Amino acid sequence: MSEVRPLSEIRPGESGVLASFSERTRNLLRLQELGLTPGQRVEVVRISPLGDPMEIRLIGFDLCLRKSEAQCIHVRCE
Amino acid sequence: MSAVSNTLTNASTPTSSTRAEKVFAVVGNPNSGKTTLFNGLTGMRQKVGNYPGVTVERKEGTCYSQHGHRIRLIDLPGTYTLTAHSPDEAIAQDVLMGRRNDTPRPDGIICVADASNLERHLFLTTQLLELGLPVILVLNMIDDATHAGVSIDAQALEDSLGVTVVQTQARIGKGLKKLRLAMSRDNLPLPKWEFALPETFQRALDATAQRIRNVQKCPEAFARAEAWLHLTESTPDELHPNVEPTPQAITTFAQQIRTELAQHDHDWKERLVGERYIQLSKVVQKAIERKPEKRPTPTDRIDSVLLHPLWGGLILGLLMVGIFYAIFSLSALPMDGIDAAFAWLGDTVNAHLPAGTLRDLIVNGMIAGVGGVVIFLPQILILFFFVALLEGTGYMARAAFLLDRLMCKVGLHGQSFIPLLSSYACAIPGIMAARSISSRKDRLVTILVAPWMSCSARLPVYFVMIAAIAPGAAWVKTALMFFVYFIGTAGAFAFAFLFKKTLMRGESPSLMMEMPPYRWPTWKTVLVVMLDRAKLFLKKAGTIILGVSIILWFFVSYPKNAEGESNIAESYAGQVGHALEPVTEPLGYDWKVNIGLLASFAAREVFVSTMAIIYSVEDEGEDTDSLAEVLRGQKHSDGSPVFTPLVCLSLMVFYVFSLQCLSTVAVVKRETNSWRWPLFQLAYMTVFAYLAALAIYQGGRLLGFS
Repeated sequence: MSEVRPLSEIRPGESGVLASFSERTRNLLRLQELGLTPGQRVEVVRISPLGDPMEIRLIGFDLCLRKSEAQCIHVRCE
Repeated sequence: MSAVSNTLTNASTPTSSTRAEKVFAVVGNPNSGKTTLFNGLTGMRQKVGNYPGVTVERKEGTCYSQHGHRIRLIDLPGTYTLTAHSPDEAIAQDVLMGRRNDTPRPDGIICVADASNLERHLFLTTQLLELGLPVILVLNMIDDATHAGVSIDAQALEDSLGVTVVQTQARIGKGLKKLRLAMSRDNLPLPKWEFALPETFQRALDATAQRIRNVQKCPEAFARAEAWLHLTESTPDELHPNVEPTPQAITTFAQQIRTELAQHDHDWKERLVGERYIQLSKVVQKAIERKPEKRPTPTDRIDSVLLHPLWGGLILGLLMVGIFYAIFSLSALPMDGIDAAFAWLGDTVNAHLPAGTLRDLIVNGMIAGVGGVVIFLPQILILFFFVALLEGTGYMARAAFLLDRLMCKVGLHGQSFIPLLSSYACAIPGIMAARSISSRKDRLVTILVAPWMSCSARLPVYFVMIAAIAPGAAWVKTALMFFVYFIGTAGAFAFAFLFKKTLMRGESPSLMMEMPPYRWPTWKTVLVVMLDRAKLFLKKAGTIILGVSIILWFFVSYPKNAEGESNIAESYAGQVGHALEPVTEPLGYDWKVNIGLLASFAAREVFVSTMAIIYSVEDEGEDTDSLAEVLRGQKHSDGSPVFTPLVCLSLMVFYVFSLQCLSTVAVVKRETNSWRWPLFQLAYMTVFAYLAALAIYQGGRLLGFS
């Protein structure tokens, strides 16, 4: 019962496991160096009041990304 | 060829025995508490050699080992990885490999990691372990980690990585003694971590290392580290001026190998990153245990208010207004004190020196000029007290989170936030902080608009003008202050948008920002920030402003007329001021203001000292009113006031937008490596400042204001 969705469409409070990156991902190397590697659990914490960027939680730290980037990150949700 | 020989000597020196003092580099992720540790080790009394660049350059300091031996510490800019994406990250790599001709290759590395975030911080650690240098791993903020339910088996880390592990809470100095002890050891072990590489890459690395050893005679470990860095290189576009280029034989070879690797597997770099995390997870499993975190954490609770969809923006706005209000309401008393002190100084000199040129120079030139500026020290201190507070708690990242949408809309890089924010203090560190932006175009856009964030050098001008417009009322002053900061920022955003659409077209830039947990700022840090600012401010007053004041005094006092008296209108400066009248009359300025405008191209504060000198020379130093009062009393020959609210507003707007700062021009030249950009910047900012002031003055008159 799992579906893969872009990270940008996940609502605050929901979480999932990082599945893959789209080919258009920019800064892929940097994202991976920060620990966004496939298999990693990510949770969306909140969206900025103006609608962008979003704050996501990884093991041990929170990261802010713009939605245009989060769109390229695919997450498997339960 | 000195780079090669330099590398050779450094590389072939096994440890410090040949050098008088050991050199350690402090490396770590941003937010690992690296600088706190560095300050804790070097102590406040140590001279922390602050090289230009402040945040984005390396800093040097001296500390003493547990046995009293001197140790040189090099604090490197925070970085997530050794593969540099931006110029500031390249600094770490260059220093660690001994590529810089102004810094020796360190004897060891102090790797600072946030204990509560070790899974990620160990990524950089393992990269450091492959450089062939002894590493001391500092698990900083260990108390915070324990509090968050993270327990770390330091022994297991020591065993699996082959490093010395020290646990610290640098903020309160805990563990620093153990760290000093570790640094004094002569037999620090070499790491035994080995990254088991995929076979194709292992072969590529071996070949490159061999090539490096053929070109530069160096030990194998060093060659392997260099080979790794050359292969994974991300930004070879700009070299630091102190780094001498790698021999072409090596770069061409590495390029060739990179191409081969890419043909085999397009994403080989990403795969290596993933592979490193996988191998790292085995270490992590043995050493780190995480209890499920209690949620919501205190940070979550605070953020649910401060980042609230409705209250978040409101609180940010109120904070800014509150800070400006505090600046005006709290500064009155100390300002009176400074004013009285300079008045006393002037009186004392008047009483002890015979009337004449020397007394004029000292009282009407030096004391009036410097005093006119130094009087704003309280405001600067209050402003930076709040800035340090907001920085120390972690609120600045929240402000970025709230405002990023706007920056995104105008095409600004998320990484531009810090450079633009620091530009409110001073454009110079702001422009240098732009080094952390990886794309050159985005970096240029940020550099071009950064000086429009109202810097603290403009404050004296704003304060005098605001005091002239609205004596007394602190709320009106606050509103005016908010207005000038707002139009400066809005101008910066608008022009960023324009540049991004025309000169620097490119894909819309990104944001990757860590959101740190809230922390209590230490009073020491706050104090250091305030003192640093005060020092800079007073130093400028004692050098540039004093110098310009003396020169100005001369130009407004000479030539003397037939009776041997000065007449400013006919002085050299007066003549220039008059000559400029046709240009500035539409803005509402008279010839005296013109002198100030022109002089402040050396530095903005000079406007205030110039005005102080002009009026001081004019009434021969007898008037003891504050400058704002003097300005309010100035009348044209027809009896109408010179400094009407509209003129003051027009002047303020001019100062918001004009680039009257030689140091900024010089630093932009250095950072962009050409005269084209600083000159373009000077031109567009001056023209816009003129037009904006014109619009304010003429528009105001049309509406019936005077």
